[in-house]
Amino acid sequence: MTTNSSVRMAGIKKRFPGVLANDQIDFVAYPGEIHALLGENGAGKSTLMNILFGIYQPDEGEISLHGHKVQFRSPRDAIAQGIGMVHQHFMLVEVQTVAENVTLGLNESRFLLNLGKTRTRIAELAQKYGLQVDADAHIWQLSVGEQQRVEILKMLYRGADILILDEPTAVLTPQEVRDLFSTLRRMACEGHTVIFITHKLDEVMAIADRITVLCGGRVVSTVKTPDTSKELLAKMMVGRPVLLYLEKQPVEKGEIVLQVENIQALSDKRMPALKGVSFTVQQGEIFGIAGVAGNGQRELAEVITGLRPASGGRVLISNVDVTNCTPCRIIQKGVGHIPEDRTGMGLVPNLAVSDNIILKAYRQPTLTKGPFLKRLSIRAFVDRLIKLFNIATPSQDTPVKQLSGGNLQRTILAREISAIPSLLVAVHPTRGLDIGATEAVHKMLLEQRSTGAAILLISEDLDEVLTLSDRVATLYEGQIMGIVPAEKANVEELGLMMGGTPLVASASTCQEGV
Amino acid sequence: MHIRIERRLTPSRLLTGLTLLLSLILSLIVGGMLLRAVGADPIKAYRAMLLGALGSKYSLSETLVKAIPLMLCGLGISVAFRMRFWNIGAEGQLAMGGIAAAGIALFVPPRFPGLSAWQLLPMIVAGGFAAGALWGLIPALLKAYIGVNEIITSLMLNYVAILLVEYLFYGPWKDPKGYGFPGTAEFPPAAWLPRLPGTRVHLGLVFALLAAGFIWLVLARTKWGYEIRVIGENPRAASYAGISIVRNVVLIMCLSGGLAGLAGAAEVTAIARRLTKGLTVGYGFTAIIVAWLAKLNPLAVLVVAFFLAALLVGGDQIQITMGLPAAVALILQGAILFFMLGGEMFRQYDIVVGRKPTASPEEKTQP
Repeated sequence: MTTNSSVRMAGIKKRFPGVLANDQIDFVAYPGEIHALLGENGAGKSTLMNILFGIYQPDEGEISLHGHKVQFRSPRDAIAQGIGMVHQHFMLVEVQTVAENVTLGLNESRFLLNLGKTRTRIAELAQKYGLQVDADAHIWQLSVGEQQRVEILKMLYRGADILILDEPTAVLTPQEVRDLFSTLRRMACEGHTVIFITHKLDEVMAIADRITVLCGGRVVSTVKTPDTSKELLAKMMVGRPVLLYLEKQPVEKGEIVLQVENIQALSDKRMPALKGVSFTVQQGEIFGIAGVAGNGQRELAEVITGLRPASGGRVLISNVDVTNCTPCRIIQKGVGHIPEDRTGMGLVPNLAVSDNIILKAYRQPTLTKGPFLKRLSIRAFVDRLIKLFNIATPSQDTPVKQLSGGNLQRTILAREISAIPSLLVAVHPTRGLDIGATEAVHKMLLEQRSTGAAILLISEDLDEVLTLSDRVATLYEGQIMGIVPAEKANVEELGLMMGGTPLVASASTCQEGV
Repeated sequence: MHIRIERRLTPSRLLTGLTLLLSLILSLIVGGMLLRAVGADPIKAYRAMLLGALGSKYSLSETLVKAIPLMLCGLGISVAFRMRFWNIGAEGQLAMGGIAAAGIALFVPPRFPGLSAWQLLPMIVAGGFAAGALWGLIPALLKAYIGVNEIITSLMLNYVAILLVEYLFYGPWKDPKGYGFPGTAEFPPAAWLPRLPGTRVHLGLVFALLAAGFIWLVLARTKWGYEIRVIGENPRAASYAGISIVRNVVLIMCLSGGLAGLAGAAEVTAIARRLTKGLTVGYGFTAIIVAWLAKLNPLAVLVVAFFLAALLVGGDQIQITMGLPAAVALILQGAILFFMLGGEMFRQYDIVVGRKPTASPEEKTQP
């Protein structure tokens, strides 16, 4: 590491209507280092990097690259200065090839494309940094991990020596994460500056040389990785000590609540999304389903809750066949659902917190009188839940869209858990939530397990699935690759299953329904 | 200098009143310029309009007469719009209600002589409501079961119904003793919807007031109203919560079409007392504006309907007393609407001038 900084941001201030996203932020990164930018949601990480990449202009403060002051009016200026950014959502043209995507937007040959030269250069870069990808493949043919490699290649091809990655591991399997990390390592060795936005502590400890922690738009501290620990980082991020590992009490399992038999269903695009999935979930059990998003998780949750027709197979809840029943009937059977899309499905953003809390309970006899709603009873009911679930809201009449992500999820949980579900289907229950909110959601799920609910937990976060679940299944392209007890599961094996390798029957793990 | 537009978090009450007042003033100014352009004195014209619409017992009652169908259709439209079901077929539903009422008034009494008004009028009211409801049900079912866009179907069905009215009074239902004039025979007195003595204001006003109260109660206090709000704001959340969208679309369109049908039935049995020209004069379309300006609030619909009716009657007045073209009233109506809907933007968005350009909050991404 040299003493000459490649990036120096001083006194950066950026205000959005209603929020001070960045407040006097000083940030320095050096060539050859992997620098993690760690913080909760809304801490200002992405805003800061979007400023560095020229997407936003700071209200105050200055940026220097390699000791020279710069001012970017757009990402074009930033790219010209050797900055590259890989966004959370990839910016690739699906119908074009890798080589075409890499040259897209470059000025080097205005009319005639010399793709031959591009291919050679891509091959060189791929070789050098371990970014294996077929230059002539179309983007839509590639896996998410491969698409990310194309994004990185695009940056390197443009000669970027400062690379910003916004939550790059969110969409990857553990093996892909390992490949990505070795690529990042090689880039750092070549003298590139790698800036890595994340809120995952394990990753930070595994890959970063130095870590800058943001909280509430301010820098808490910049530390060297060997000098810190996950616990210390979590405390800096949240501002209070956090329980990183929850104690999972042993719970006696009861009767089978959910029985899924050879279920099949189509995706929104009318393609087979579930190709014969079978499993059971018992009282007092958390059954985890791991897998990279888009392998049938959403469809599975929707079939069980009656929101998507099954094209084959059966769903039984407490031994009653509810296949293709209406959602209303399934709710009456005691099924709670924490949907993946919080504001798109789980809540009505423009309506008040109270309206959202009674979204299912408004039919209850205690809250109604004939066709009328009992407004006083509802107010009391909602007040009680707001207190019980610690929903931070100015009042119960506040539109729910004004709440933070963690409080949105608390609102959904308050509604679903207060109905005392016999089965709770939780889909990505902590996605996008910060550590504090995640901790609260995990606690609530474990509490439900202790009280004897059956829980189907669908999540991309392998750590989450492993810590919470009693048994873990892996879903790949609409099929279950294997079911293992959580205490016997290892990340390697699950990672392979997430990538499509079925569990070997001879393994020392129990198997069911495959 | 840079100008950018930012969404306000909560539009203030004061601002709402101010924009309303300001848009009214601006539209009067623009209208005044237009009046001047056609050679009239704006002050005099406005005065004539005001007096013509509200200045005497007669003009006030005529304004009310025009307000009744606007109220009923406006209420029907606003409940459908609340659920984001874009029913723009009120005109056709009104026409069908008129046809049903006329059919009952013309063909029932001859077959059952001696029916009193107490027996005949409920049939007419129910028939008009049912016919409008059925007409409204067509786009509802098409939308609910096969996903056909209701804007297209409800709009197109207007023309079917309007032409059906004309076919009937030019053709099979034409009065044989009518000297060739288009129109049915006059209905028997038992089929006349009662009027307030000395005016043409009829029982439809009571229906409109009752309907507004009923809809307000449903929306604000009942389970059904809650379901309508949820579906209107987020249909996916409604399905997720087990609320049947199909059932609600069907119910709402029965109510929406029914109210328009009721307006049609009242119009033919209280005003013309026969089915003839002048039933489909655009109440169903103007009522869309009523519903929109009233922000879909059933009680506000009553006020806005009266206001727009006054504009219509006042427009007729200046046409008669000042010899101005009929289009002037329409232009004024357009100007008022333009400024009111334009003012809506200033109510919901803030315009910031002079600072450095930044991304709009929608583009803001947080980690």
